[in-house]
Amino acid sequence: MKKCINEMKLSFSAVSENEAFSRACVSSFVALLDPYISELAELKTAVSEAVTNCIVHAYRGQPGGVVWIHMRLYSDRRVYIKIRDKGCGIADIDRAMQPLFTTAPEEERAGLGFAVMESFTDQLRVRSSRQRGTTVVMEKTLSEKEKDGYSDLQDTAAGGRKLRAGTSLC
Amino acid sequence: MSVELKLDGDKLTAYLTGDIDHHTAAGMRAEIDRALRQNSIKILTLDFSGVTFMDSSGIGLVMGRQKLACELGGRCRVADPPAYISKVMKISGIGRLCEIVDTRAPVRTGSHRAGGEEQ
Repeated sequence: MKKCINEMKLSFSAVSENEAFSRACVSSFVALLDPYISELAELKTAVSEAVTNCIVHAYRGQPGGVVWIHMRLYSDRRVYIKIRDKGCGIADIDRAMQPLFTTAPEEERAGLGFAVMESFTDQLRVRSSRQRGTTVVMEKTLSEKEKDGYSDLQDTAAGGRKLRAGTSLC
Repeated sequence: MSVELKLDGDKLTAYLTGDIDHHTAAGMRAEIDRALRQNSIKILTLDFSGVTFMDSSGIGLVMGRQKLACELGGRCRVADPPAYISKVMKISGIGRLCEIVDTRAPVRTGSHRAGGEEQ
């Protein structure tokens, strides 16, 4: 029933230019499931938060860092996203997850990264160990399509279907 | 990403366009702050209507500009955020810190607000 129907792995340098790149990659991969644009926007935002955390916090003052993204799409329209770094780790996860808590106020970090990830996905899990890194796993089940069947997936992959226009972006 | 500034007396409007993330926010911040410091601004309006994506870096951008505008004797307001950006703003509670206005509302005739999923 819950079969993994597609999978991708990505790794890239932990530099801020790659925040947009990672969103674009996640976005085009999730597009294979033909999500609503609002769902796609939520996933992009959640991913942007997690990746930014890796760049701003995990590898702070530590050049050469790498961020890994592992994604799976399931037959029940569940999207699994794992974002991992090998940076400094989080000293106190509960505290880090409190809204408005930030260790970088001078850079105008709002301390809302985890709050956004939590709000925009169905499930968020964070594992971290000091000096070894942090892994964030997010899962979100996309709403059903009007017509069923994942045979559409091939069409989507071939660029045959467009994103549903149930909501408009702007 | 870019920011276009329009000065009208003691009012400054910053038209933000493109994606706002940690990478792009720094440039926007620097440009707005320069104009804020060089002029005596009572109302700074951050116009979000051209923003295509925003994560919590945008919230930091608003919080920081609100703080600076206040320090300089003015205030900051947010104009016309698209629906998906409103969601991030709602989570942050930024509306309690600065006014969020819909400047386009009076000229509209129908209910088809762009980004219309917002209730």
